[in-house]
Amino acid sequence: MLDLTPKEITEREALRINPCKTCQPAGALYCALGVHKCMPHSHGSQGCVSYHRSVLSRHFKEPAIATTSSFSEGACVFGGGSNVKTAVKNIFDIYDPDIIACHTTCLSETIGDDLNTYIQQMDIPEGKLVVHCNTPSYVGSHVNGFFNMMAGFIEYLAEKSETCNGKIGIFPGFVNPGDIREMKRIAGLLKANYIMFPDTSGVMDAPITGRYEMYPKGGTKISEIRELGAARKIIALGEITEQEPCMVLKRKTGVDSDILPLPIGIANTDEYVMALARLTHAEVPYVLEEERGQIVDIMLDASAHLFGKKAAIYGDPDTVLGIASLVLEMGMVPKYLLTGTPMDSFNKKAAALLEKYGVADQCKVKANADLFELHQWIKNETVDVLIGTTYGKQIAKAEDIPLVRAGFPVLDRHAHSLQPIVGYKGALRLVEMILNAILDKQDRVCADEDLEMVL
Amino acid sequence: MWYALKQESLCYLYAAGKGVVIMTADILEERKKSIISSDFCCHGDGGGISCEKASVSGSVSQRACVYCGARVVLNPITDACHIIHGPIGCSSYTWDIRGSLTSGSDLFRNSFSTDLKERDIIFGGTKILEAAIDEVVAKHDAKLIFVYATCIVGVIGDDIEAVCRAAEAKYNILVIPVKAPGFSGTKSQGYKLACDAIMKVIMPAFDGSKIPGSINILGDYNLSGEMWIMQGYFKRLGIKVNATITGDASLETLQTASKSVLNIVQCAGSSTYLAKRMEEEWGIPFIKVSFFGIEDTSNSLLRVAEALGDEAVMKKAEAITKTESAKLQGFLAKYNPKLAGKKAAIYVGGGFKAISLIRQFNELGIETVVVGTQTGQKEEYDIIRQLSTPGTIIMDDANPSELETFMKEKKADILVGGVKERPLAYKLGVAFCDHNHERKHALSGYEGVVNFIEEINLSINSPVWELLA
Repeated sequence: MLDLTPKEITEREALRINPCKTCQPAGALYCALGVHKCMPHSHGSQGCVSYHRSVLSRHFKEPAIATTSSFSEGACVFGGGSNVKTAVKNIFDIYDPDIIACHTTCLSETIGDDLNTYIQQMDIPEGKLVVHCNTPSYVGSHVNGFFNMMAGFIEYLAEKSETCNGKIGIFPGFVNPGDIREMKRIAGLLKANYIMFPDTSGVMDAPITGRYEMYPKGGTKISEIRELGAARKIIALGEITEQEPCMVLKRKTGVDSDILPLPIGIANTDEYVMALARLTHAEVPYVLEEERGQIVDIMLDASAHLFGKKAAIYGDPDTVLGIASLVLEMGMVPKYLLTGTPMDSFNKKAAALLEKYGVADQCKVKANADLFELHQWIKNETVDVLIGTTYGKQIAKAEDIPLVRAGFPVLDRHAHSLQPIVGYKGALRLVEMILNAILDKQDRVCADEDLEMVL
Repeated sequence: MWYALKQESLCYLYAAGKGVVIMTADILEERKKSIISSDFCCHGDGGGISCEKASVSGSVSQRACVYCGARVVLNPITDACHIIHGPIGCSSYTWDIRGSLTSGSDLFRNSFSTDLKERDIIFGGTKILEAAIDEVVAKHDAKLIFVYATCIVGVIGDDIEAVCRAAEAKYNILVIPVKAPGFSGTKSQGYKLACDAIMKVIMPAFDGSKIPGSINILGDYNLSGEMWIMQGYFKRLGIKVNATITGDASLETLQTASKSVLNIVQCAGSSTYLAKRMEEEWGIPFIKVSFFGIEDTSNSLLRVAEALGDEAVMKKAEAITKTESAKLQGFLAKYNPKLAGKKAAIYVGGGFKAISLIRQFNELGIETVVVGTQTGQKEEYDIIRQLSTPGTIIMDDANPSELETFMKEKKADILVGGVKERPLAYKLGVAFCDHNHERKHALSGYEGVVNFIEEINLSINSPVWELLA
């Protein structure tokens, strides 16, 4: 069952099998949901947005709203201008958002629709806003879509200012609401006056109330995005994801950024904490020191079981790099690091990380790859644990390798998006999940005489 | 006459002579003709619901596209390679999501695509498609390949028909183009394209021979093994099933389809067109069936037996339907007190399923108060209207705020829908049952009645609701 993957690896030039990425608009939609009272709008055919909403609903187990220009054949011939203008009017009339965030699709990009011009020609109600970004599906992945939408918001809204407002901007990267909450908690502990952008906490993890809120309480406010232009500095988390938004903000407003890895694992979290502390001049509070001490304590206990164990880590580039850093800290070997997102910077950063721990010769790294290839690697040389999205589940079953779910998308488990994998708390959670997965399998498959009550 | 809802926010509408009041939130002007109340449409001078149209620009449509329609119908063909020609998204979103079970090959559970890049958009994607087909054939020993053209391929004008023809000649296998750009119509258009593609699979094997008393099952996708449940009944009746289209189908079984003497159509929305084409080509008559609910399951079995005109089969069908229905009486009696008097909202893909669900809820003493479909057809909406109690809201291509408005107004206890509706229902404190791709239990046949009732009972009477207050 599910085991059709041949062991022999042949070079493929055209065929993509079992992708480890999806298209830009899905990321753009997720980003736009992190802005308060924002309606994400897909400028393309009606099917696109249905898919994006489905994948987000499946991952977050939450409603994910977005509208569509609903292209017809006529729109493809004459351009989608009238569709998007009608759409914007209808959206403000009926759904009453404060802002509409348009993203394009492969279709509208290819026919050459110019959203910039369309938006200028629109009759936008007083006090309302329409912004856009270009998200051609045939470039990059959903990660590009996410940062392109961020850049779009910044391009339209961030205001250059002569005076600094003293705030720190925090760009969280493509992470779950649970991660954003943890980033905010740490920023709060370091007494930072911050703007989190985008902020899907309070939106994609909203509580049940008996009422459906189309625009839940959470999300970065429009005024806050404007204020990013007067920020002291941006702490941007995700070295690959955050380059573009930081560059746009710098060009537009002159605000500088510290671009750091996603704070997954001890060293990366330390970096985040220290970057905040440098800016706020606050002393790192005891509660964080305690958390750090606790997780290091646990990692020491766990490393007895985990040292030398091999992991295959796959998913979005920054997430994979972060998790790789954590497993290396425990003496595990991240044997395979793979992302579907086509970015060479991933290969370079991964290689540097592996070099630092002296395991580069034992590991394989590849961007712009797919899960069929990962499966083939594993067939040739197996691993002890898979860490990544739900899409690794077929490999896990076929090869009987435990799977730890992390990253986007996780479609077959609940509650994961409300919990962090970032920060010391997130590291604790990841370590527990990895340890449980490996030990559960050990207990399940070991001979009766080897079954130990105490481990 | 159809009943248009007023524009003003939260207005009260009063229909003279009927005494029915409908309260509604903002409804887009263009959407008004797609929402009706059952008691205003059963008479008068024609009109009816507006349906079978593209979504209104700017709406939060729950609907999918042409490509999706074609993909979901063809996907369950287990030993086919489905190559999605386009950028990665369309392939990624449809990778093994449907839960169609297989008793044979797993090939269809892989996601194959050309993952088009910018240079392919500029210089054309036919070369990469040719190479992809070569690689699939080399690696997977494929006998049947479907090549789907997505939006962008429709625009850049790749001649996928020529590529497929060339590949067929080169490898002597079936390589079938499915030209399904998302913008070229609605999901129903995609169903049609899929049916045409299936015809292309069956055609080459046609030799004029017939297997007496044998049938094809059309429009079931073997979600949670539902096709197998139906096949089980026909086995008991002594009816040979040739092709299952497309749940658990393979190239070999599909190519026996022209030998059948009767087609039965479970999902009318996706497969009636195929049944009609098979009738035209090979004179195979068809009947529409539904295996959802006791009444519909029993009726369907009896009607199939009757259509085949075999006395012995008819007797067996009568016996089986009696026995199976009787077996469920105790079960129904147990659940009746827990469910009777509740109110249901339905939002599903096709009209025929909605009709079955209304009947099934009636059997349980549950009143259906809101009915919507993504792709329902006019005649189906007419039946829905006749089945519904007065005041039931009927909607085509509803969006979340419309669903919310009417579920609240009509005080629905449970919503039956698909992936995008589940979190919406829960947020409103309304129970939910997935009757779409994410169903985890078979819902068809007598076995399905048990699963369906247990599932809705579990959701309606979950102890967790107590915590909400």
